[in-house]
Amino acid sequence: MPDTAVLDIAYLDAIVERHGRDANNLLQILVEAQERYGYLPPAVVDALAARLAIPRVKIEGVAEFYSFLHLQPHGTYRVLFSDNITDHMLGSGALMKQLCHELWVEPGKLSEDGLVSVNATSCTGMCDQAPAMLVNGLPIANLSAPRVENIAELIRKRVPLADWPAEYFRIENHIRRKDVLLNSAFQPGSALAALLARGGAQTLDEIKLSRLRGRGGAGFSTAAKWEACRAAAGEQHYVVCNADEGEPGTFKDRVLLTSYAEMMIEGMTLCAHIIGARQGFIYLRGEYRYLLDHLQQVLQRCREQNLLGQDILGSAGFDFDITIHLGAGAYICGEESALIESLEGKRGTPRNRPPFPVTHGYLNQPTVVNNVETFAAASLIALNGGAWYADIGTPASSGTKLLSVSGDCESPGIYEYPFGVTVEQVLADCGASHTQAVQISGAAGKCIAPAEFGRRIAFEDIPTAGAFMVFDQRRDMFEVARNFVHFFAHESCGFCTPCRVGTSLLKNMMDKLAHGHGSPYDLTEIEQLDQLLLSMSHCGLGHSACNPVLDTIAKFRPAYDRRLAHREYVPAFNLDRALTQARQMTGRNDAGAHLGEYE
Amino acid sequence: MSSFTLDGQTVTFDAGQTIMQAALAAGIYIPRLCYHPDLKPHGSCKLCTVKVNGRQASSCTYQAQDGLVVESNTSELNDERRALLQMLFVEGNHFCPSCEASGNCQLQATAYELQMMTPHYDHFYPDRPLDASHPDYLLDFNRCILCSLCIRASRDVDGKNVFALSGRGINTHLIVNAASGQLADTGFSGDDKAAHVCPVGVILKKRSGFRVPIGKRSYDIRSIGDLAEPGES
Repeated sequence: MPDTAVLDIAYLDAIVERHGRDANNLLQILVEAQERYGYLPPAVVDALAARLAIPRVKIEGVAEFYSFLHLQPHGTYRVLFSDNITDHMLGSGALMKQLCHELWVEPGKLSEDGLVSVNATSCTGMCDQAPAMLVNGLPIANLSAPRVENIAELIRKRVPLADWPAEYFRIENHIRRKDVLLNSAFQPGSALAALLARGGAQTLDEIKLSRLRGRGGAGFSTAAKWEACRAAAGEQHYVVCNADEGEPGTFKDRVLLTSYAEMMIEGMTLCAHIIGARQGFIYLRGEYRYLLDHLQQVLQRCREQNLLGQDILGSAGFDFDITIHLGAGAYICGEESALIESLEGKRGTPRNRPPFPVTHGYLNQPTVVNNVETFAAASLIALNGGAWYADIGTPASSGTKLLSVSGDCESPGIYEYPFGVTVEQVLADCGASHTQAVQISGAAGKCIAPAEFGRRIAFEDIPTAGAFMVFDQRRDMFEVARNFVHFFAHESCGFCTPCRVGTSLLKNMMDKLAHGHGSPYDLTEIEQLDQLLLSMSHCGLGHSACNPVLDTIAKFRPAYDRRLAHREYVPAFNLDRALTQARQMTGRNDAGAHLGEYE
Repeated sequence: MSSFTLDGQTVTFDAGQTIMQAALAAGIYIPRLCYHPDLKPHGSCKLCTVKVNGRQASSCTYQAQDGLVVESNTSELNDERRALLQMLFVEGNHFCPSCEASGNCQLQATAYELQMMTPHYDHFYPDRPLDASHPDYLLDFNRCILCSLCIRASRDVDGKNVFALSGRGINTHLIVNAASGQLADTGFSGDDKAAHVCPVGVILKKRSGFRVPIGKRSYDIRSIGDLAEPGES
């Protein structure tokens, strides 16, 4: 365990120097320090406070905001099971119990010997190869009981992660349907050459003509965003790629980052040319830490080919480079203003808007934040022209969309369709049968019942950031909603009252129903709370936290009615259940150790 | 002069003022807990949510604009504010009868003002140990509503950064700037602005408790809706 005496301060100094002794890079420094020391001991906090000239209270506040950073020891092996509903449907709950049992640890607690901790974490973006886990930040997919047994053995024997079977760490792309984006044989440099041939203003015209809309889900016009940013006054302009793909059930950016990174980077670079930026960032979610080296290599290749750096492709004054920033386990940082706060090394709390990032973004300078897929599409448009792109899809939703299909179907994976494809078509293509419901655009999205399967994936009908989770008739839609409610409670940033308290109240109410203490009164309470979240919350997280519940109550009411075991209100608190711990401690379970009526 | 309407009443404002500032200047009360006229607004408690041209917004951060139609004192908004107050009451441990801040507490006073009769929701009963380390001041985190006024006062006025928020979601909590985690080991002093902005009973001066008897305190005498800032004590 590192303390002041043994702490390798020279190593910490190197990290701080590499980040220019800049407190804006605090999160990056903390991530790297933790990779070295396993956690962030007080000596590291003190050393950083001195070196960065910031109060230690700020460092602690940032560290404790992000799920992946720890101020206390968390074990030589830190195991996190992906907690998405699609992981649970494939048995992750039992596998986590198995691992805890084999390692003799309780979930969320460090083992007595300090060797290992096992816990759950929000969706890790491996839903097409679930169940999945992260071990010291590295993903392992396709978990099974034998695999978990082996993992327990490897941990017990303290085998270094580098010596674990390589196939454990293999992550598949599972591209099932390609359209114009995934089919393009993209030649690095080609989009930038087209940009330089056409000119920046003309390229922006092509983007406008293409009617490209943001692929992160909100669907704001890309050209309008770039134009506003270009027009905004500032000392510097910035381009940020939002690769914080945290929406449960979404994993298409992972595949783009793995196999189409050049296209995305070139999209960022042409945006930089248009808005006049010299610096860009890729905000990569912590769960995708394993892609960092690969992305650094791609960036390096781009520099070597003069696709990044000074005078790009020989165009005097066209200077642009990209830095990768890692997230550390906070869904809220997918919200663009929270992402910018995080880029500045702070707690990821959404800002008050307006002003919007296009005028006041990173370091209060004009900033474009776009999704990975949006930048890749921009490259495609620069190459093939706006009119060509606008012809694909529907009038209000041009182009194609990558869907991350998971859940109850034969072929989960990535499906690229022109906008306007019906839910029915996707279900047929992925081999889904007896489908009860589809959750589109993740926990924050919409739950669709069979009567609506004729609806279309498009901004004007069902907009989506890309998640498409399939539930067949075996599934309990109440449990699906409860999983999402737990997710939002875990991911609420805690800034505003309604979301901070409301998401946890909602979680407790759903748990109350699950534990058999529900009555019609509780359902009314849940609906009222949802309305409050919707109207009073500070940002989209609170607004959408009620979606899964409101949708499933409206469309799958019997799943709730089953839980309303009582006609009149009963408290959530159960005296007999409260004695569980006392029974455990005394080793008793006889009738005398129970109160009155118990099951 | 520019103006907007607030519940039908014309309110004039100076350029750069927020709706809250303009309302205060006009003597109109909008419920609030995380707002203090001397500190940069934050917009987190959401009590001051109003409808601006039909859309909800925090009045403490929303810039006043000519011709806006603002609604505040409506039964719909007050119902929602009451629910927010109830959330704050169940989130922490608030035992008014034994609290030194009773009668001076803005949470309590606002609850009276908005006629909150019960906490309604199930209590969380969080475990929040006291910090009595400082010779002159006591921190009772049980009552913290995470308004961050002490944080902003310490950072922006005192230049000290004694306080910060830590954790996330329902586990968000106030921490102090010391390796020991104790107020005594920070640069905190009773002369700090931060010592005098807590709207509830977290930051309490020692050896002065109950000097003013209950019944004679700020909001025992006048309701929080009768405008005038509460005394700093």
